Amino acid sequence: MAMTRKRRRLYFVMLALLGLGAGTALVLTAFQDNIVFFFSPTEIASQQLTPERRIRVGGLVEQGSVVKNGENVTFAITDMNKSLKIQYQGLLPDLFREGQGIVAEGRMGTDGVFTAHEVLAKHDENYMPREVADALKKSGQWHEPTAKNGAPTTTTEPVPTTAQ
Amino acid sequence: MHKFANPTQFMRIANAIFPWAAGLTVILFLVGLPIALVTSPADYQQGETVRIFYLHVPAAYMGVMVYAIIAVNSAAYLIWRHPMANLVARASAPVGAVFTALCLICGMLWGQPMWGTFWAWDARLTSTLIMFFIYLGYMALGDAFEDPERGDRAAAILALVGSINLPIIKFSVEWWNTLHQPSITSMQGFSVDGSMLTPLFLMMGAYTTFYISVLILRLRGELLAAKIRNARMSQVAISPAAQLAE
Repeated sequence: MAMTRKRRRLYFVMLALLGLGAGTALVLTAFQDNIVFFFSPTEIASQQLTPERRIRVGGLVEQGSVVKNGENVTFAITDMNKSLKIQYQGLLPDLFREGQGIVAEGRMGTDGVFTAHEVLAKHDENYMPREVADALKKSGQWHEPTAKNGAPTTTTEPVPTTAQ
Repeated sequence: MHKFANPTQFMRIANAIFPWAAGLTVILFLVGLPIALVTSPADYQQGETVRIFYLHVPAAYMGVMVYAIIAVNSAAYLIWRHPMANLVARASAPVGAVFTALCLICGMLWGQPMWGTFWAWDARLTSTLIMFFIYLGYMALGDAFEDPERGDRAAAILALVGSINLPIIKFSVEWWNTLHQPSITSMQGFSVDGSMLTPLFLMMGAYTTFYISVLILRLRGELLAAKIRNARMSQVAISPAAQLAE
């Protein structure tokens, strides 16, 4: 039996969408490096970066690494594998604190210290009232933030200690 | 499904739904807004800023859902030439565009105090902005032809092409690292406390019934406009003098 026009149009639309989807998937995979918003310290360590290139790095602010000196601040970020030292001058977002995920934009120095021009705080997907957060911490059921990029935390250090 | 292609059948059901949808919209907003904006608890990290979440997340959800409805109806129109599917798609577009705009604006207002910036070109924000532009393009393209049917078909094709963006929006926060936080839903359930889920779901319900109500109103208007056009056409057809006078 010959295909009806409706049937033919149905197959055509499905094929076109399939082709378009496959094409888009290939393009997105090819441009993977340009679509990611930031690199992790591990990724930074594995590539040769020239100081001219403006990039973004992201990770959790390492416990005890924040040193403030007026407007100047230095800290380290970690993805639980490698850490990266960052220096920055300017205002930090409210959510910035040790254990918090942040994204810094700037340039890699030759000395291995990253000079940031802008620091953004990442917010995780957990929403709860303060009492619930306190209760969770008390009962030991608190889930630590995870460095995006898969590395779930196995250490016990980066717990957000103070609520803003 | 095909029996809904008949406008009379469709509108009979739609008109029966309308008072319920409109009534629910009013009730859900009246109940949901005070809880979302006043009585629900502040977040342990974000404080009162968390209230933007109750406007932003449902708007994002509706922007994507309405787009999915447009895409499915556009396919039904292209394949089976159902005029009703086309009307639903075309009538939904402005509503979806407004939801997407609301999502973007609320998101920016939240981003400034929380992230430290209104905007970042990460995958989630960029793909959502692209969806907003596709909405605008869809509406413009549909009206850009002298022959309305050609406009409808061109717009339907654009809607289908743009639907590729939907999974990209949804999974952008998983496929690439982004500034935007991951989804609040996962295999383990919601990462949002129950006291905050209630206002979220109420607002989602309010937005959904609002969309259904506005859609039915717009469909009524479109069908009446089509009736008037047809009546004019037949008038013109009867009197040749009117044709000459054109």
